[in-house]
Amino acid sequence: MRITGAQALVKSLEMQGVDVVFGLPGGAILPVYDPIIDSPIRHILVRHEQGAGHMAEGYAQATNKPGVAIVTSGPAATNIVTALADAYMDSIPIVVITGQVATSSIGTDAFQEADTTGITMSITKHNWLIKDASEIPQVVKEAFHVATTGRPGPVLIDLPKDVSNQMMDWYWPDSVDLPGYKPNVKGHPRSISAAAKLIKEAKKPVFYIGGGVIRSGASAALKTLVEKCNIPVVTTLMGRGAFPDDHPLCLGMPGMHGTYTAITAMQKSDLLITLGARFDDRVTGKVSGFAPEAKIIHVDIDPAELGKVRRADVPIVGDVKLVIEELIEALDKGEAGELDYSITQEWHDQVKKWQEDFPLRYEEDPKDGSLKPQYVVECLSKLAPEGTILASGVGQHQMWGSQFWHFNDANTWINSGGLGTMGFAIPAAIGAKVGRPDKMVWAVDGDGCFQMTAQELVTASAERIPVKIALLNNAYLGMVRQWQEMFYEERYSEVYLSPDLPDYVKWAEAMGCVAFRVETPEDVIPTIEKANQINDRSVVIEFRTDWREKVFPMVPSGATNDEVVLGPMFEGR
Amino acid sequence: MTNASPNLIPMSMPGGKSSTEFGYHVLSVLVENKAGVLARVAQLFSRRGYSIYSLAVAPTDDERFSRLTVVVDLESVTLEQITKQLHKLINVIKITEIDPRESVQQELLLAIVAADTQSRSQIMELAGIFGAKVIDVGLERLTLALADTPDRLDDFTGLIKVFGIIEVQRTGRVALTKLARPSTRGGMNRGKAS
Ligand SMILES: Cc1ncc(C[n+]2csc(CCOP(=O)(O)OP(=O)(O)O)c2C)c(N)n1
Ligand SMILES: [Mg+2]
Repeated sequence: MRITGAQALVKSLEMQGVDVVFGLPGGAILPVYDPIIDSPIRHILVRHEQGAGHMAEGYAQATNKPGVAIVTSGPAATNIVTALADAYMDSIPIVVITGQVATSSIGTDAFQEADTTGITMSITKHNWLIKDASEIPQVVKEAFHVATTGRPGPVLIDLPKDVSNQMMDWYWPDSVDLPGYKPNVKGHPRSISAAAKLIKEAKKPVFYIGGGVIRSGASAALKTLVEKCNIPVVTTLMGRGAFPDDHPLCLGMPGMHGTYTAITAMQKSDLLITLGARFDDRVTGKVSGFAPEAKIIHVDIDPAELGKVRRADVPIVGDVKLVIEELIEALDKGEAGELDYSITQEWHDQVKKWQEDFPLRYEEDPKDGSLKPQYVVECLSKLAPEGTILASGVGQHQMWGSQFWHFNDANTWINSGGLGTMGFAIPAAIGAKVGRPDKMVWAVDGDGCFQMTAQELVTASAERIPVKIALLNNAYLGMVRQWQEMFYEERYSEVYLSPDLPDYVKWAEAMGCVAFRVETPEDVIPTIEKANQINDRSVVIEFRTDWREKVFPMVPSGATNDEVVLGPMFEGR
Repeated sequence: MTNASPNLIPMSMPGGKSSTEFGYHVLSVLVENKAGVLARVAQLFSRRGYSIYSLAVAPTDDERFSRLTVVVDLESVTLEQITKQLHKLINVIKITEIDPRESVQQELLLAIVAADTQSRSQIMELAGIFGAKVIDVGLERLTLALADTPDRLDDFTGLIKVFGIIEVQRTGRVALTKLARPSTRGGMNRGKAS
């Protein structure tokens, strides 16, 4: 069968099982947009290419399937760079296809030419510039393989316009040809035994759970392992939901704005069983003072993570789900003796004491009647149906989202952890809703973030993708304001945004959403209940929250995790 | 005060040019012979803040592959981390660290030296001692070529400097693991650098 390169691309995506792509057409990608009309693949027309990238990410994070975006060359390619960088940091499998100027024009500074593969080299797992239409099916197959296996991540295919128009003989490859790419998935048996032995001997162990557990679909296996070992668990910002918050062994999030107990348990631990986490600086605080007495078991599919920040006593390269299963087996076989729960009893008592003494707190009944952002998130969480997905922007609202929402399922918390990309929430929520139409999708967003990507709510309305946005309007770039207040002697520099410019309710309505404004605590629950009833349109609730509110606990940047600042709620105790 | 953990990765390490633990290391990297591979390797080094001391690239006898010989300067990261990051590049097939004691290494030097009638014969004599070739002759200048170990090139450069070097160009080293051969004392004699 003789078809064009463009047809081959679309057909390859179909072969790959793609059901939806996010994109926006333009000159160099025009040939690809023609066969899209006839394809069963759903195309969602975004309003900005960054949105297409974050939607693909949201889709991938909600479904564990790769998200796909198609954009044109030059400015469109550079517009999607942020999303690629974001996906690279958080190991999210997305496949981005960019148009490129004709091969004969490459290197001539042709109209809308950008060196897309060059620009994205360090923020993709791999990228390809296709030079001949016959390569298309092979490259597409390889691109999806690379994106979804090993440590997942973004890949990019750059497709010149003449290659799209070129005729080729259709084929579908039955294998990939990647001699340099062979991710290791099974843990080494000797390391598994060594890990089992450390687990049995530890007196103050903690499970340190990262996003890798979610990417590998290992939550159920993890629960079995945790309950077998009876060891407390912390879930990082990327790992929220990998282990249920409602479980008695869950201590919540560690790190800069983690719970006192999660931070301190890690810090005082004698064994960190690290699964799919990477000792990020936001978790470790000052690395040289991090968990000084802890031995480290470190399981990661990416060998380069082992020993990158902290040397592991037992490093294990492998898919965390397989390794967990191997660990369970090793413990069952009783290789290093039976598990003795009594040796961790004192530790459990200590952890419980911390939880009682230093829970997450905020002013629940403020005398001035101000609306506390934490209260809003708490109500949202309580009123949300089970399995609701929460997407988030970046800033204070993100930390409150992570702290005060109860996550009980994997793939229900979608945020930008590694890159910290403002504006992530709205497009990511849309992508998640496309992937999981059966679930309610909320986004918690800041006023600063909202202004960066709100236009995608037009996409949501036009494409009938109903998402719900809780806009925590504190009239500030709040997280930056918090740092200026605490570390720059309250010298506020360029952080004020205004509460009513723009008028968020009018803006949301103009974009086809139902919109509400909430200014008092009394209105919070009834308005959320109203929003939860609306299923045919997107909803924006603007909450006028107390701008003075800061995120606590906090480990100041550069400090060790022994120096947790608990905040005003614990003053005078 | 907390004690620093024994598991800590040192963030900066002593420099130095000679030791095998830190300092210069030679990596032989087999890569797929695809467009942009060199850029990927170079960008990885710059993005992660590793420094390349020298780099030589050429196709192997199998045209699908090329071999890069990279001399890396370990200032702030471990060789292990560099190797692991390199391995993450999809086009990288195999990485071998080449131990200077277990390898043969050669580098090519071209040098234009000031050579008037007085110094010319001295320069030629020196070239003869080192086994360098005169590959170009001008009225007041000579161009010399020498292929040898990097140390010998350093040595040679030091000596011809006296006469006045106009321009020097070096290729960066290429290296291969030494051949194993039966020892007279039994076992494998890995040989000593001569
Ligand atoms: C694209 C981008 N620009 C700048 C920043 C730095 N930054 C981090 S949080 C923040 C403030 C976010 O403001 P808002 O969305 O209102 O959230 P709030 O902290 O007030 O909840 C800024 C500017 C960033 N993370 N991303
Ligand atoms: Mg704000």
